[in-house]
This record gives sequence, C-alpha cells and structure tokens, in this order.
Amino acid sequence: MAILVYAEHDNASLKKATLNTIAAAKQIGDDIHVLVAGSGAQAVADEAAKAQGVTKVLLADNAAYEHQLAGNVALLVADIASDYSHVLAAATTTGKNFMPRVAALLDVSMLSEISGVVDAQTFERPIYAGNATATVKTSEDKVVLTVRTTAFDPVASEGGSATVETIDNVQETGKASFVNEEMAKSDRPELTSASIVVSGGRALANGENFTKYIEPLADKLGAAVGASRAAVDAGYVPNDMQVGQTGKIVAPDLYIAAGISGAIQHLAGMKDSKVIVAINNDPESPIASVADYFLEADLFEALPELTSKV
Amino acid sequence: MKALVAVKRVIDYNVKVRVKADNSGVDLSNTKMSINPFDEIAVEEAVRLKEAGVIDEIIVASIGPKESQEQIRAALALGADRGILVLTDAKPYPLQVAKILKNIAESESTDIILLGKQAIDDDNNQTGQMLAALMGIGQGTFASEVKVEGDKVNVTREIDGGLQTVSLALPAVITTDLRLNEPRYAKLPNIMKAKKKQLDEKTPADFGVDMASKQEIIKVVPPAERKAGITVGSVDELVDKLRNEAKVI
Repeated sequence: MAILVYAEHDNASLKKATLNTIAAAKQIGDDIHVLVAGSGAQAVADEAAKAQGVTKVLLADNAAYEHQLAGNVALLVADIASDYSHVLAAATTTGKNFMPRVAALLDVSMLSEISGVVDAQTFERPIYAGNATATVKTSEDKVVLTVRTTAFDPVASEGGSATVETIDNVQETGKASFVNEEMAKSDRPELTSASIVVSGGRALANGENFTKYIEPLADKLGAAVGASRAAVDAGYVPNDMQVGQTGKIVAPDLYIAAGISGAIQHLAGMKDSKVIVAINNDPESPIASVADYFLEADLFEALPELTSKV
Repeated sequence: MKALVAVKRVIDYNVKVRVKADNSGVDLSNTKMSINPFDEIAVEEAVRLKEAGVIDEIIVASIGPKESQEQIRAALALGADRGILVLTDAKPYPLQVAKILKNIAESESTDIILLGKQAIDDDNNQTGQMLAALMGIGQGTFASEVKVEGDKVNVTREIDGGLQTVSLALPAVITTDLRLNEPRYAKLPNIMKAKKKQLDEKTPADFGVDMASKQEIIKVVPPAERKAGITVGSVDELVDKLRNEAKVI
C-alpha cells in the first residue's frame, strides 16, 4: 500500500519540513502520495508534485482547511487513510496538533517525532527530553507517525513529476473556528531550517542586548536567532525563538550559544547540531560539556569582536 | 461549570535520567517523582478559572500506580476539589488514557478538560488531541491564554512562527503550554486540608478499557555521546578553528 505524507504549507508555498518528511517516508516505501489540504493552495500542490520521490499529489482545496484546524484536517486524513499503510506528518505544531486526532479516529496508537526508521513497523524516537532513545515496534495495521524533521535530510525539491489529483472531500466539525493569527516578522532564515543559529540566554540581561550583540553576529553569518527558555520567560525575545524540548528542535551545521548555561531542556533542542560553540564566563556550566569549542569570556566583549572577525 | 484536569506522575524534571544497563528502559528506582510540569500548569489554570467564578468544581484524574495518589493530593492542595485515581501497573499509553478520560469526562459532564501539552517522560504530545477526537469536540492545544465567554472558549495557541487564536464550543479540550501561567506553591494548611478531600479509586476495567498497547519498546539506549570539545583561548583562535578545522563558516 502507498504511504501518505501530509504537506506543511501556508496556502502559498510548500514548507521545507515536508521535504524532510518525504525523506523519512522513502525509508519506509516507494509509493508516496502527498496530501495538500488548504484554501487556494494549487501552487502548493504543483510544488509538491515536483518533489523527488512523490508519485501522486492529492489536493483538498476548501475554506474548511485554510487554517489547518485540527478537527477538520483530522477528519479528512482519517477518511482517506484506508488506502494507505502509513500516514506521516512533520512534527511541527501543525502536525502535532492534528495527527493524534487522526490516530484516535482510526483507533490506533501513534508514534511521535520519530528520529529513525528501522523497518516499516519499527522506529526510533527520543524520550526523556532526548536523554534516551527508544526503539519502538508497532503492530498496528495502520502506522501513524510524526517525523522529527532535523533527523532526516530533505529530498530534492525539483526533479519529480507527480500528477495532481483534486479531491472533493469537505470535512467540518463545526466545533472550532479560527479567530486570528499573529505571526512574528523576521527577515532572517527560519530557525528550524537555518544552517547557522546564534542563540542568547539569560546573561544577555535584556531585549536591547539581543539587538545589540546577538543580531549583528547572526546577520553577518546569515544565521537565525534563537534563545533559551530563560531569555524568553524574562521577556527579552518572543517565545517562537525558544530552542529546547518545549520550543524548537534545531540541528544546524553551527550552533553558537552565548550566555546559555545549558539546562537539559535546552540541550534537548540543539545537541544534534554538527558543531556547537559556547561563549560563557563559567567553564563549569553544562553547555561546556557538549560544546566542540568553548570560549570562556565575557559575551559583551567576545560577541562584538567575533562579529568583526567573521 | 465543571473542569476535569488530568495529571501524570513522572520523573522530576530536575533529575538526570539514567538508562538501565540492560537497555530495557530508564531507571526509575529511588528517583524523585512529581506532577508533570505541564499538568501543574493545567491545575493552576483550572484553579484560576474557579477563582474567577467560571468553574464550580475541579476534578483531578490520574492513571497509573498506587503512588500516583501523591500527585493527585498535590493537585488537591493547589485547589482542586476531588480526585479520581485509575489504578494500573501497565504503562499508560496515550490512546488508552484518552479512552479512560473520555469515560470520566462524559460521566461527570465536565465542560472544560485541561491537560498538559506533553508528559516529560514519553514526550508524546498526543493524549489531549486523542481525547478531543474520541469525544468529537474541539481542541485548543499549546494554550498560552484561555478566555471563557458564555458557551464558548477562546484559546490562544503557540504555533511555529507566532500565535493563533481559535474559538471552541464547550465542552472542549485544552492542553497547556509553558507560558499559560505560573503555578502557585501549595501552602501547608492546604496540604493538610487536601488529605481530607475525596479521592475515588477505579480500575481501567471499570471503564471497559484494556490497557494493552500495540506498541512494544524493543530497547532504550542513551543518546550518542558527543566527542569531547576543546577550550579556545581567544576569539581569533575560535574564528580560526571554525574556518579551518570545522569549516562551518
């Protein structure tokens, strides 16, 4: 049977997380269909059809799916799931929101945030904030999964030539409605897909210092800006910048942690980065134990110097 | 209005986790256990709704071993009214837990059902969503603000890239995110009073739920160790290493 991948998008373009999820699906089987549920999302479907490895794209285009409300999307996915052996979505806030609903509607257990595929029924996933990795075998006849995107290299976005099929399937629970959305504006790369991330912690002391010390370095490196929970809770930066178990999970080529002690919660969100640099005035801080390069320094002196020299 | 809050007994979030030598799981013997931090936020939100006059009664439910009554008592000390412990030695998987909670929510006719967004042991982030699906009601996951207005509740949710507000018909399921509130500490007189509050014991069989899961944990291993790093003496040395050794800039 084919594998269904749920497309992550904003009704205008396909999000890269979908390409990582398709990569995970390819480790399970070859016949991969992508479902685009949205409103005015034809362009997204066309984009998904070009992704490597996709054999068919299903487009469910209706106002009911515009804001990816969990109830409506879950009914749609559960309704078409009978044709598929596996149903996958990225472990983004969208995927985490509706996929457990799909599993419950199908009366099957699900696996969250898989980080590895052993075989079609067996998967690896982090537990205890990334302090352990569990290998889990499922004997459900329909396998419902969300995928930790940073654990799978994305498939190419070009080169595929899947057909796009429009499906006329409108599902509405009538129990929930969209009120509004407030998105943080940023010209920098998106945190979860950036190849370099510069993060600040409580030691930055205030929001102005993020602008003054962290952002110039990020801009010079073309990096995304992240933060520890302490910096978010103190109100220095908005919470969508939080890296950690309860925030974003990142795995860039280079992660620079400035003024971050390295609590378990934070490490769970970044310890799979290829190279970790820590700038901290405390050599005993836990971040030192995961850093490839540790610079013991006052960040208010070290960051401007680093910015001028990279 | 009535609220149902689900709490889970988990390893305390400050404890360093150790994987058992035989790779069968994580060593939980003699470790400090607590209420899952997100569930504590759920209890706090219910108590605040009660203080605001929106809710009249708060029922706390937990599914797990006998010791889970400590976590229910802790929630009662924070202001919940009575508890239900569903005793089982089986590992509680989200689908089975959701089925039990559905039974409780329906038999108690609760209007607002609050859960944490995820438990810090299994990191599943599934139970609330599954419960909402089984009950056929709306869900407000990863909530950072909850406003009850008549027979609806507006929930502001933390999503990737910002915030989203949804309006849900009651009854509804809400799962809490970290920034929803700051849980209070239990005061000693309240801890004493909590010991006298009603705590009913049930079993999964009372709800006709079989705890067996079709998931099997084959092994649990510690994450791959990172190789030891080095301390650099200056910014110049750091830039040199990043450029010529790690080749990441």
